[in-house]
Amino acid sequence: MIPASFGWRSGTLSGARRLTPSARSLTFRVPGWPGNEAGQHVDVRLTAPDGYRAVRSYSMASVGDGDEVELAVARLPDGEVSPFLVDELELGDRVELRGPLGGFFVWRSGQAQCTQLIAGGSGVVPLVAMVRAHAAADDRAPMQLLYSLRTPADAFYADELGGFTATVPTTWHYTRTPPPGGDRPAGRLTEHDLREQTLPVENEPLIYVCGPTGFVEAVSHQLVSLGHAAASVRTERFGGV
Amino acid sequence: MPYLDGNVLAGAASDLFAFDLTTTEAQCASCYDIAPLGRSLVFGPPMGFVARCRSCDSVLIVVVERPEGHAFDARGLRWMRIGNDAHAAGEKIRP
Amino acid sequence: MAVFGGRRRSDDPALPPGQHLTESFPVLSAGPTPVINTHDWEFFIHTEDRQTHRWNWTEFLELPAEDVSTDIHCVTSWSKLGTSWRGVSLDTLFAQVTTQLDYVMAHSFGGYTTNLPLTDILGGRAWIAYEYDGAPLDPEHGGPARLLVPHLYFWKSAKWVRGLVMQHDDKPGFWEENGYHLHGDPWREERYGAWREDPYG
Repeated sequence: MIPASFGWRSGTLSGARRLTPSARSLTFRVPGWPGNEAGQHVDVRLTAPDGYRAVRSYSMASVGDGDEVELAVARLPDGEVSPFLVDELELGDRVELRGPLGGFFVWRSGQAQCTQLIAGGSGVVPLVAMVRAHAAADDRAPMQLLYSLRTPADAFYADELGGFTATVPTTWHYTRTPPPGGDRPAGRLTEHDLREQTLPVENEPLIYVCGPTGFVEAVSHQLVSLGHAAASVRTERFGGV
Repeated sequence: MPYLDGNVLAGAASDLFAFDLTTTEAQCASCYDIAPLGRSLVFGPPMGFVARCRSCDSVLIVVVERPEGHAFDARGLRWMRIGNDAHAAGEKIRP
Repeated sequence: MAVFGGRRRSDDPALPPGQHLTESFPVLSAGPTPVINTHDWEFFIHTEDRQTHRWNWTEFLELPAEDVSTDIHCVTSWSKLGTSWRGVSLDTLFAQVTTQLDYVMAHSFGGYTTNLPLTDILGGRAWIAYEYDGAPLDPEHGGPARLLVPHLYFWKSAKWVRGLVMQHDDKPGFWEENGYHLHGDPWREERYGAWREDPYG
């Protein structure tokens, strides 16, 4: 018996759709995939004809059993791998995947009385998996998402999140351009925003924060300032600023 | 200097251990703080992973991936506790 | 079918083997950026006869300094050509130092260490640099001052350097203890030490 996480599996691109002008959702069929929990990630490995290899980590939007893995990849300006995945990879092409990885940044039904999700940009991806898992479990405990992003055009999974409004409401926070008719101005998340738009400290929420390092750093400090216990805040930093 | 969370150890660790390093509780040899390694502050990629104690900044473990394999230094830990339910990198082990 | 190419690797003779050119200046650190006030800054050279030569920031800036234009090579495969620095040559600092020993350990604020042969930091090959690109060296790139040894992989150019300790043997510093090469010559691709060798020799 060999633990199936050792080593790399072959995945074939079975679905792709554009999320924004610079990001795509990619679905890989991975024979033998053991399933994964909400919040986990995979390593993706690409090999060039001369043997050169590059490995990058991506959070999964998909959750549960089955042999399909859904990632959302944003094209980074100086990236080596992301432009290839977003602009070039075609249906039927193969990559190697390792995982699922990471049991710490995981949401499971029944482990908390309520959950607050806070996303910065593409950090929404593992949190979408958590929203999907909450729905699949028919979980009645409160869960809500605060999604900080530049403009409405940058949103990942906007329609899907809108569809969950009754059970997992999303608060959209725009840092650059508010939408027409929007009732809030543009600007970064402040402690005041967090106090107004997230579950209160008295409810003792379990909080998941994911996004670029600077965003996670700032939000984590603000949450602790508001009175949340540091141990109640789980973070996933993406690197970059 | 921005750091990453201990979650990033999961990939390299999956090559090394049959349990999930990020959910494993460990004690810092410097300040005796006890926390899951997922809570550590990770510096160093891509030269390696330098996981530091969230409480005192001391180095807990260093992992360097190289062509022949991995170098793993854990002198910054006094111990780790690996639960019976610590699946291989979070997944169920199948026979 | 899409074919992954990866970054273009070196057919360029200006680049050591396995390196690619970058226009940016990636930041890599083994630990948090220390906050160093130049009031508290000091550089020392400590020798085997227990002599310690010290310079505070004011004294340091009074030393003759040089403008250096050089290529730098990171073991993680990026190279940056024609970088501009200003700093004090190690030849200037060692002018008053007497030692019989052949190796140094560089120590940094924050605890980072790296080892070097003395010959690799003398003869116009190394500086304590405090300016990059015409401006004071940024803390995330090692400011107020870093060791600059551009003919070796850049992990040897210790950020936030605070002093050198002479040592009898080539004992390993932080990355060298964890498998990186004791010497680190990019033209010989000295990235990693021997796999099973004890870095303590």
